[in-house]
Amino acid sequence: MLTFDPAIGFSSAVLAVQSAESGLKDGFGTNAIQDFLVGVKPEYVPAWAVPLTAIGIAIGIVLAIVSVLAMFSTWLERKVSGHIQCRFGPMRVGWHGWLQPLADGVKLLLKEDMIPLGADRTLYVIAPALVLASLLGAMAAFPLTETFYFANFGLGIFMILALTSTTTIGVVMAGWSSNSKWSLYGAMREAAQVVAYEIPLGISLLVPIMVAGSFNLIEVSQGQGGGYGILNWNIWPWVNPFMLPAFVLFFVAILAETKRAPFDLPEAESELVAGFMTEYSGIRWSFFFMEEYAAMFLYCVVGSFFFFGGFESPVTSLAESVGGTNSLLHQLGAASTIVLKGFAGVFLMMWLRWTLPRVRIDQVMTMGYKYLTPLALVCVLGAGLWEAFIAPHLWWRS
Amino acid sequence: MDQKALQRAFYGALAVLTLFAFGAGLVKAGGEGAAFALFAVMTLGGGLVCVWERSIVRSAFALMSTFSGVAGVFVLLESDFLAMAQILIYVGGILALILFAVMLTPPDMEERRLPRVLAALVAVGAGVSWIGWQVAQTAEWLVTSRPLDGTAAEVAGTFGANADRIGVAFLAPDQYVVAFELAAVLLTVALVAAVYIARRKRTDIEPQTGEGVS
Repeated sequence: MLTFDPAIGFSSAVLAVQSAESGLKDGFGTNAIQDFLVGVKPEYVPAWAVPLTAIGIAIGIVLAIVSVLAMFSTWLERKVSGHIQCRFGPMRVGWHGWLQPLADGVKLLLKEDMIPLGADRTLYVIAPALVLASLLGAMAAFPLTETFYFANFGLGIFMILALTSTTTIGVVMAGWSSNSKWSLYGAMREAAQVVAYEIPLGISLLVPIMVAGSFNLIEVSQGQGGGYGILNWNIWPWVNPFMLPAFVLFFVAILAETKRAPFDLPEAESELVAGFMTEYSGIRWSFFFMEEYAAMFLYCVVGSFFFFGGFESPVTSLAESVGGTNSLLHQLGAASTIVLKGFAGVFLMMWLRWTLPRVRIDQVMTMGYKYLTPLALVCVLGAGLWEAFIAPHLWWRS
Repeated sequence: MDQKALQRAFYGALAVLTLFAFGAGLVKAGGEGAAFALFAVMTLGGGLVCVWERSIVRSAFALMSTFSGVAGVFVLLESDFLAMAQILIYVGGILALILFAVMLTPPDMEERRLPRVLAALVAVGAGVSWIGWQVAQTAEWLVTSRPLDGTAAEVAGTFGANADRIGVAFLAPDQYVVAFELAAVLLTVALVAAVYIARRKRTDIEPQTGEGVS
């Protein structure tokens, strides 16, 4: 039967707290929703109700974005995997199966919601909500255009890294409370893997942060605009030669952070059934997948902000010159640019999943601690020296 | 005594206290008060659950609430960098390691009684509370007001600059650079020592395994 899952309410409550934290920082001074609400506010509505309503609307929008992202990504994954294996993937529901995720969603909602007898019921119910809520909180720092965002404060990327790192706790909770050895193995692998790869992820991001001089995603994107167009993007070696190796390290690290192949050890199907979500079914099970696909997209968007120009692209420049700065056309160009760049990264991750075999857990650990972390440190040192001594003398960097 | 009933009473009392604190905060100081009440309950309630809960893994998970609550208090104190660092390091890192260690212990520790030094603990807690109350009564607090009414744009310029200020303060020669470098050296020494201890133990137990273990 269709039942309301307490997890949904819980996750939106956590998101409310997290958006409230970030929203309070911003003072909602320039937020589009806030400005709109201030404009239409009747006299008798107290002033403090405006930010609360804005938070509510922002939560709704983030939830909608995450759900649509997850739906489209599951369809994309099945099509990509199908075509890589010389078959079509879903074809029956809608044109080339584009309604398949909707059908899947209905199926998952109607499925029986099972809780194993030996499970720790409270933690078992909280875990998927916690996983999704951490990610929803992180999505609040994702700006859709330069003027439409939920939380634009100085620590954008730091907040994303901090909040996405807490999904580990939810996964470990799910694995432990299921009271199954597959789940527990998956959870232990997740904890070890994520702690190991958070270090190279954060350190490799320091390279573009040093070049841009800011944690803020919008400022980083603005720093890559300018007269040379696409040649101004951070990834080019003439901006900083250590950027390309830093991006490779970043990409490997986000593969491990989002539990994607070849690092999908926490849910390795061929050895652990489904890893930490073996016992889950129905809508709770789909929460884990929503988190995975939304996290893939979020990390790819972060990568495109820091290495591939963010909002800057020929399309955005054209839209800006036709419609004017911050016009609707310009914002549409910026939003579609960043979404397309994000999905290009997601496509690359799917391609890799169907190309590379899974690595062993000791190889994962060796790679994270012995190779990626020292290499990331070397990148940071080299990039810092370049920024301090060489970049000031380059005419295209001034 | 019936442990289950005791547990249920404890959680019921916690819920009632939460509601009471939330209402009191809302009445006393509006939105900010409610937020503070929420974070205070998260911090203290998480700590209480951590001590009270019979399952050691649940205790570890309760710490998440405590750490997040402390991060929320940092946000209310307008120190957003500290708040995010708290979440990144404590929730994302240290708690994951605690869970890792806890899961290596036996699964069901039925006999997890409050220690016999309960009276001493209560006395220490009462003493600390009394000192805290005295400090709260006598200290001269520096109060800044942040309006929650949408006209906060004029103060928004000062937010988010925390990271810059902290970075400069850590590395400026006339500020905290000595303390910062000393902490870095201390952490490096701890790391090297941990690796040394871990390596030596392994060779003691399995002297002949060679390349396979690493």
